[in-house]
Amino acid sequence: MIWQIDTAMLLLVVVVAIASLQVKDLLGAGILFGAYSFMMCVLWTVMGAVDVAFTEATVGAGVSTVLFIAAVFRTSRRTKD
Amino acid sequence: MMEFLETVLTAKYNYWIYIILMMIGIWAMIAKVNLIKKIIGMNIFQTAIILFYVSIGAKKGGTIPILEHAPGHGHDYIMDADKYINPLPHVLMLTAIVVSVATLGVALALALKVYREHQTLDEDEILSHLSE
Repeated sequence: MIWQIDTAMLLLVVVVAIASLQVKDLLGAGILFGAYSFMMCVLWTVMGAVDVAFTEATVGAGVSTVLFIAAVFRTSRRTKD
Repeated sequence: MMEFLETVLTAKYNYWIYIILMMIGIWAMIAKVNLIKKIIGMNIFQTAIILFYVSIGAKKGGTIPILEHAPGHGHDYIMDADKYINPLPHVLMLTAIVVSVATLGVALALALKVYREHQTLDEDEILSHLSE
């Protein structure tokens, strides 16, 4: 475990999670959630869980982002919080 | 005191991030009024729990859980279990990731249905629309 990468990724995960919840645009929230999933995937590669990282990269960062964008385009894009 | 900080704060920093992410997720599910934001909060909660389980399996100085060939012969394996990271939490969390994307799909479909019914994703507006 390389602790510099580990610490940087752990901090970025928290920052991106808060950013995806605070941004006013729902499309931007979906994209930031995809970035969150990708940083989780890097974190699990560093921790040695390569199979979990593969699944998170395809399912978490790929399919979930597509589902979020499809849902945002079928509903409204603006939000108050 | 310094020994306490060393063992609890720095050696187990994954678990502190897991607690912070879990609190972020449950705050979003409770305090956010937009339904899509609530669903994002639910997913952050789920990935925090997966981070906790993968952190249990992690081991300092261990390699990834794939058998290495011994030098020389093709079918002899190095079988020192303490050199490998524990793969059991990884396999369980593989299932949890797939289940989480299934719950995400169902939740987004329900949010779409709510939007078609009430023309809004805002929770307060939906509640006032229902009480009319």
